Amino acid sequence: MSDVEEVLKRIQGHKGVIGTIVINQDGIPIRTTLDNSTTVQYAGLLCSLTQKARSTVRDLDPSNDLTFLRIRSKKNEIMCAPCSEYLLVVIQAAEVQ
Amino acid sequence: MPAKAVPKAKQVPERQRRITRGRDGDDMTEVGDGTDADDWTQTKTLVKPEDQLDLNDLELKEEFTRILTANNPHAPQNIVRYSFKERQYKHTSSVDQLAVHFALDGNMLHKDSDEARRQRQKMGLSDAADGDVPLASAQPSEQALNEGAEEKAAAEAAQGEDSGEKGELGEGEAGAGTPLPKEGAASGGKKLTNQFNYSERASQTYNNPYRDRTTATEPPPRASFSSNATQWEIYDAYTEDFEKQEKTKEKKVVPGRKEEEKTRKKLAITETSGDDISRVGTAAKIVERMVNQNTFDDIAQDFKYYEDTSDEYREMEGTILPLWRFSYEKAKKLAVTSLCWNPTYKDLFAASYGSYDFMKQGNGLIVFYTLKNPSFPESAYETDSGVMCLDIHPDHPYQVAAGFYDGSVAVFNTVERKDGPVHRCTAKNGKHTDPVWQVRWQKDDADNNMNFFSVSSDGRVVHWTIVKNEMIFQDVIQLTLSDGPAEGPDGIKVPTTGCGTAFDFHKQKDYLFLVGTEEGKVHVCSKAYTSHFIDTMDAHNMAVYKVAWNHYHPKIFCTCSADWNVKIWENGGKPTDNAEPTSKKPLFCFDLNNSVGDVAWAPYSSTVFAAVTADGKVYVYDLNINKYEPLCEQMVAQKKKTKLTHIEFNPTYPIIIVGDDRGNVTSLKLSPNLRKIPKEKKGQPAMDTAQRLEFENTKLTKILSMVREQPDVTK
Repeated sequence: MSDVEEVLKRIQGHKGVIGTIVINQDGIPIRTTLDNSTTVQYAGLLCSLTQKARSTVRDLDPSNDLTFLRIRSKKNEIMCAPCSEYLLVVIQAAEVQ
Repeated sequence: MPAKAVPKAKQVPERQRRITRGRDGDDMTEVGDGTDADDWTQTKTLVKPEDQLDLNDLELKEEFTRILTANNPHAPQNIVRYSFKERQYKHTSSVDQLAVHFALDGNMLHKDSDEARRQRQKMGLSDAADGDVPLASAQPSEQALNEGAEEKAAAEAAQGEDSGEKGELGEGEAGAGTPLPKEGAASGGKKLTNQFNYSERASQTYNNPYRDRTTATEPPPRASFSSNATQWEIYDAYTEDFEKQEKTKEKKVVPGRKEEEKTRKKLAITETSGDDISRVGTAAKIVERMVNQNTFDDIAQDFKYYEDTSDEYREMEGTILPLWRFSYEKAKKLAVTSLCWNPTYKDLFAASYGSYDFMKQGNGLIVFYTLKNPSFPESAYETDSGVMCLDIHPDHPYQVAAGFYDGSVAVFNTVERKDGPVHRCTAKNGKHTDPVWQVRWQKDDADNNMNFFSVSSDGRVVHWTIVKNEMIFQDVIQLTLSDGPAEGPDGIKVPTTGCGTAFDFHKQKDYLFLVGTEEGKVHVCSKAYTSHFIDTMDAHNMAVYKVAWNHYHPKIFCTCSADWNVKIWENGGKPTDNAEPTSKKPLFCFDLNNSVGDVAWAPYSSTVFAAVTADGKVYVYDLNINKYEPLCEQMVAQKKKTKLTHIEFNPTYPIIIVGDDRGNVTSLKLSPNLRKIPKEKKGQPAMDTAQRLEFENTKLTKILSMVREQPDVTK
């Protein structure tokens, strides 16, 4: 098992993590721990959002680039990390205070 | 003749009728009954001369062949002429072949010529009246004149007859043609035709039929493309182009490097063509850290913002707040044998794992943790022997030196993805015979080779230099006991060796260093003298676990030992003191009621140090505030029996890390009272490093002077 596989496994095993999705550049999920319909929905929406966010960052300064995008919501937190051709999405439940 | 006149007569009323009809505004496009079309064509009648021979068919078909030549048969062919040039008669070849059979002077005059005018005057015709008679017969014979008159009368009537009439007039008659134009003019625009032999025929050739022929070629492939160019896409294109240009430039300069590049490319391909999933490596790392940040959010907040407010109400006390706890599955049963912060990345530290128990030696570990991910180490190296110490190179933070329980030392490179060490010494080249207790990098030597020192229980301090791919060793000092060689049971003298357990190099003077021994001695040594010590003191009654120079004061160092004491010393005291090593006394002595595993000076103050004990407590002292009691004495270990083994201050953040013998590393935050730094006076610029050094020095010196005056106070 490669290092990355291990990292992904650790992330998935972490407290409060709901799901992990790896999306390729075409917005197609290639690896997921969620059910099919949820995965497809997350992939489609987050892919375009991340692209837009990246475009924004790069438009402001072309030599800059997006490294990480986190969306904090009432129920959970969605973390998007673009990486060359892939997009790693992790959904973690927000801690109940 | 009368027969011919009939159609003409018929023609006239017909024409008139048509004109009137046109005037009535009737439809002009109406095609008549076809008479019009036939009007102008003349019916032909063959006129036969009366004396024409009647020939039968056979005679008619008989062929007479005659060849016409341009030669005149009557021309003479034998004309000779006398040539004066050659003085003889010569035959002339060019003979006139022209023969005239018939000659006739014309009788036509140009009407504008003088002759014509004269004739006209003779005839009594005026120029004006003559308008419609362009040509007059030159010699109007009686007959011609008569004829002309006659014809004038009949002009309107019959054109067709004329040809016949003229034919009768005979070829010879000169005036035959003259009436013709007159007649033509009179008949008003009638076409002039040859009166003698005229037949008009019209025919139309076949038109080639038109054909439409079309072919369709296959359409070229098409594709529709649309895109929005953003600023960064343009930027990317430019940088790509720039790189390409640079590459071509490089190629031109060094053509011999092609092969190298090829292999490099191949390597790159093999590297990138790994698992698809492995490409999200960096992203996975970031996300893992973020997940951890969310989970340990409260700790992160504490690390950054929490300050113990109760510190304001008590001057002499402080607290330490536990933050993250680092543990690693594989290190659960091992003890933390040393800790070292990375000098470049302030959140990264290395921990070495081994065992202090002689009976339970096993494998070892070197683990790198970052504060950003407390749940899992950044990287880890497993070793076959317990790792007893490590040190990260201050200038090359990827170089890590480590010492092992089996006496070997090794160098790890964290950048190279390699499971084992880059260098490791063997029994052949300078390996210690006892556990290595401490290693320490030194400044690169004159040849810019990296080098480090190690100290071991076998009594040697060894200097290791990394030259290319080799590690070269050199013994710096051999520790001996002052007692001299001991006597063995059978009378032979066995040289006694001191067992080094700790050392530290002077911050400013490169050559000066301290060595602590298992016998409780501390030697002041120099790299220059391999055989004797500059100074020796009986510091402790049991093994010295740590010696450490103060960060600010050049003469002050502290030691800790298994004999429960932490002592602070001044190097190079009064010469009278040097005479008797045993008489040397420490400036301070603190009894911590348990074996002291480690002591460390704070990087931010000259008077603050911290120590850890085997009963799981952390002690923090500030000599400036309290010379006798610790500001903080706190239980850190989770279980009663857990021993704390090592402690290290972070170079920038107000936190310490503490390792225990169960593989845990705990990070703790120092409360404000434990990290007091001089207050900046208002209106004055912040102290620079030199001023700061000066300040800390004077602060410690002040305290020392107080101690020196009454040396009994410390005891």
